[in-house]
Amino acid sequence: MSQNLLELSGVHTHIGAYHILHGVDLVVPRGQLTMLLGRNGAGKTTTLRTIMGLWKASRGRVTFDGIDVTALETAQIAALGIAYVPENMGIFADLTVKENMLLAARSAKRAQHMDTQRLEWIYSLFPAVKQFWNHPAGKLSGGQKQMLAVARSMVEPRKLLIVDEPSKGLAPAIINNMIDAFAQLKLTGTTILLVEQNISFAKRLGDRVAVMDNGRVVHAGPMQELAASEELQHALLGLAI
Amino acid sequence: MKTIELDWKPLALVPLLAGLVLPLIGSGSTWTTLTVAGLAMGMIIFVIASGLTLVFGLMDVLNFGHGVFIALGAFVATTVLGPMTNWTTADDLVRNVLAVLAAMLVAMAVAGAVGLAFERFIVRPVYGQHLKQILITMGGMIIGEELIKVVWGPAQIALPLPEALRGSVFLGDAAIEKYRLFAVAVGSVVFLTLAWVLTRTKLGLLIRAGVQDREMVEAMGYRIKRLFVGLFVGGSGLAGLGGVMWGLYQQTVTPQMGAQVNVLIFIVIIIGGLGSTGGALIGALLVGLMANYTGFLVPKVALFSNIALMVGILLWRPQGVYPVANR
Repeated sequence: MSQNLLELSGVHTHIGAYHILHGVDLVVPRGQLTMLLGRNGAGKTTTLRTIMGLWKASRGRVTFDGIDVTALETAQIAALGIAYVPENMGIFADLTVKENMLLAARSAKRAQHMDTQRLEWIYSLFPAVKQFWNHPAGKLSGGQKQMLAVARSMVEPRKLLIVDEPSKGLAPAIINNMIDAFAQLKLTGTTILLVEQNISFAKRLGDRVAVMDNGRVVHAGPMQELAASEELQHALLGLAI
Repeated sequence: MKTIELDWKPLALVPLLAGLVLPLIGSGSTWTTLTVAGLAMGMIIFVIASGLTLVFGLMDVLNFGHGVFIALGAFVATTVLGPMTNWTTADDLVRNVLAVLAAMLVAMAVAGAVGLAFERFIVRPVYGQHLKQILITMGGMIIGEELIKVVWGPAQIALPLPEALRGSVFLGDAAIEKYRLFAVAVGSVVFLTLAWVLTRTKLGLLIRAGVQDREMVEAMGYRIKRLFVGLFVGGSGLAGLGGVMWGLYQQTVTPQMGAQVNVLIFIVIIIGGLGSTGGALIGALLVGLMANYTGFLVPKVALFSNIALMVGILLWRPQGVYPVANR
């Protein structure tokens, strides 16, 4: 079994006439939390969508748990054990919170078939999920929707959790909830890949970091290394952590 | 925050329309007759349109060939009911209804099977390309009509009502055709079944979620293309059922009948909100009532009336009475 759960090697992605990823090399070690950082337009979201098969790599290879998933359909990739939270959260606004959760629980046909212990754990991390269980998800606030999106990705155990900007637009208290949730999830052995713009969030959580610029990974290594070097931060991100 | 917020305004449109025309019609019995006729027509259109609106909602597929399944269903019914004259002419409601149900089941199966081939060879190559979808599905309908002529001939064929469904029952002075009550009953069963599947099963949950955000459903590990094929087959089967009901309503069938009904179906799904089953029901009932009321009050504007209805509703709610979120 490889030490890396996810590996991208030389991945290029085109969206229409635009060449967005220019040979991305990225590894996500098992059981660790990897942060993908970079300026706006660096290619972070495109990288996540390419991993999920939502946009197809035009060149290069994506390997998940030893399986080449480059040409697989999105549903097949997800079924291998990946939970994905997109930047827009992907909440089904017309469905209730319960229905959103049930949909994410692939093995459960009815709400009562969901793992109640796991649900209790999720409620303890995100009380709003329990509070608004039978409410339409579209009526939740932005922060509550983000909590639901992350809670939904945790409803069943997955090998890898991919989240695109979980702290975007959230109040500090909710960011703390998120950090707590990811930390606890990591303790269960789940590997996590997060795209972030919030540097302090990244610093508090990340084991490893990869920095993207112009559609390439320009730096990869331990988070501590980047956090300790102001020079590196300025060079890679244009700001200090 | 309320748990369930029912948007009641569109629901009120149906009784509102019926109430508004009552003084114009004057006679209560005539109004009752026209209202039941309108509801029956609306229910038949709903049966036909319900599959189409979900097909559009789930995969953004504009299927202008939906009408061919209507005509196919009606012609299959002539073939099934032809040898069953002992059953349809007997003065026995049970045998009559069983004969019609047999025709409906066979028509649904044949339309569903043809729908499977239609999706595979006509729709699938043009996913995501609306202009090509319109052209190729219209082409598919023309080919389908010609094939119907090859099998059943170009002339119109009679599809008489079974004995027990002929004639009227009287509610006071109002004459209500028995078949229209039957059509309302069948339409109600279809609606309740659809509502149950969509709200009480995981399959329905997947369809509702897919209509809102197809990509996210796939990212959760569900193969939505398979779901779509199933839905397309189901929608074609429902159109076949609607074809039987429409054919019995008109008591004749022609190869072009699907194309004629197509216009009404698209008005209905636009009024309802693309992808909304509840909206399609409201839209179908409004269209059915409007056609009957204007046909009686001002026959010259009957053809135009449903277009005017659609324009009026879109001015009020530009995405239809029940717009689907995330679309």
